[in-house]
Parts: sequence; structure tokens; C-alpha cells
Amino acid sequence: MDDFTVDGVTLPSRLILGTGGASSHAAAEAAIRASGTGLVTVALRRVDPSAPGSILDVVDRCGVRLLPNTAGCFTAVQAVRTAHLAREAFGTGWVKLEVIGDEKTLLPDPVELLAAAEKLVADGFTVWPYTNDDPILARRLADAGCPVVMPLGSPIGTGLGIRNPHNIALIVEGAGVPVILDAGIGTASEAAQAMELGCSGVLLASAVTRAEDPTAMAEAMRHAVIAGRLAHRAGRIPRRTHAEASTAFEGMAAL
Amino acid sequence: MNVNLNGATRSLMDDATVADAAALLDVRPGRGVAVAVNGEVVPRGEWGRRLREADHVEILRASQGG
Repeated sequence: MDDFTVDGVTLPSRLILGTGGASSHAAAEAAIRASGTGLVTVALRRVDPSAPGSILDVVDRCGVRLLPNTAGCFTAVQAVRTAHLAREAFGTGWVKLEVIGDEKTLLPDPVELLAAAEKLVADGFTVWPYTNDDPILARRLADAGCPVVMPLGSPIGTGLGIRNPHNIALIVEGAGVPVILDAGIGTASEAAQAMELGCSGVLLASAVTRAEDPTAMAEAMRHAVIAGRLAHRAGRIPRRTHAEASTAFEGMAAL
Repeated sequence: MNVNLNGATRSLMDDATVADAAALLDVRPGRGVAVAVNGEVVPRGEWGRRLREADHVEILRASQGG
């Protein structure tokens, strides 16, 4: 068995899907179903009485779990308050902790992130921190009590893939908790690469929701994560400088 | 009295509660909704709490997000 279990909950897929950027609730629902995911992120925003329907209804219809995020928060105080509001709204202590440093890069602010993680763990939350691809920070987050760490492949929404695979491998090696590659994935091969590097899961949104055909890309990501995981467990061949024949020369005819 | 409700100044009766403010936005207590007054969560069982002049009320619900 190769179950993916966090906080005592076994998830049906190693793919976690964000709903941000979907063109409609119907598009989000089709993507969720095609992806095979069991865990979907949502944000908390001000009530808009004119907005039709709710993403919560979509999530409930699909029978998947919710992972509320703290997207848009710049300080630990803001993020902690948002997490408490999410727990009140959705009845879950799971939170994707996002504390960003500026709008241009959307990169995590490591100082605020760690402070927020420590406070939320103390408040009884299951914290899924979106973090830089920094092995030391990842270890500090794990030490603070986060049951997973979620380093970025590249900045949110860029689709630049995994810019520093060496660091991702170091995080997998040293964090001591499951690693979920979060942000920057653009296409299926990059999701597979994350899994081949030893990540336990992949979280992505834009790669699916902003694809030309989001449903088809969701299905592609489903298979990519499975393929990458299998390849990681299978163990790749070493890279060589020179060729090594797969067909033996022994027994070759003298022609 | 005046309160700040989701970023806009709104007039309410002087004895208005959190539930009254929520009703201005057609929101009733239930799953998927959360309220903060001056940054602190007001659990849905406590929406009968009275508001005060200049309170900052945020009423939030799920939205698409990554």
C-alpha cells in the first residue's frame, strides 16, 4: 500500500487542487472530478450578495475535503485571524497557511510565516504551510509542528515549473515530514518531476484552472502525479556519460 | 449607530446585533459563513451580541482560491 495520510486522514489522491482562477463554479466542478483529488483549497472573502451559488456547494457535491487558505495575508496576525475565521466557517482545523511578502512575487514572508505557524499549531490547527524552497525554513516549520511542508516550485501562477529541484530534494531529505510541491507547476511533466524528486503530493491551481481545457489538464495532472510517484518508488537508472547497450553483444553473428 | 460593514459605512439601530448586520447582506448563521468584529471571531451561536458605534464588522464566506 502507498497511502497518503495526513493528520490521521488517508486521502484518495496525492493531488490537491486549488479552485482559484476557475472561470465558473461549473468549470471548477468538472476539474475537481477529472482530477480525482480528495482535497480542495478555498479562500475566505467578503460576502457578495450578488454572486451566484457557492464554491462550498461545489465542494460538497464532489464529496471532497476542504483546505481553507489564508491567501492574501501579509502578516502573521492577519493569517492567524483568517485561519480562525475559516475554522468557524467550515468546521475544519486544516489550513493552508499562506503569508506573502509582496504582491509582485507573492513569495512567502519567512519570518511572518514561521510566527503564524507556531501560533496556529498552539491553537490546535493542522497547518499546511506554503513556504519558500528553503530546506532550513522547511525544517523549522516541521519542528514547529506542521505535519507537512509545502515548498514552491516557482512563484504562484508563473508556470515556471521547479526552478530549484536540488532544494526540493534537500527538503524531502531533511524536513522529516511529507513534502507537497505547491505553486509554479505549469504542465503535467512538472507535477511528475515533483513526485520523482520524492514529494508526497502536489498542490496546483492555475495550471488546471487557466489551461485552455481545464478538465483535460486536471485529468493529465491526475495521471502525472500517479506516474511520478510510481517512478520514484521504482527507482530510476543512474545517469551515465556513455552508452550502455541494452542488447548484449555476446552471441553476435560474424557477418 | 454607524458601523463599518465589509468596508462600507452602514447605519443600524442603536441596539443592533451581529445578526442584524448580517441580515443587511442577506446572510444568516450557518456553515460556510464567518464573522469577525474588530478582528475577533464571533461564533455563530453568539450573533445575538450587540454591536457598538464604529465597530468594524467583516462577514466572510468561501470563495475560489488556490
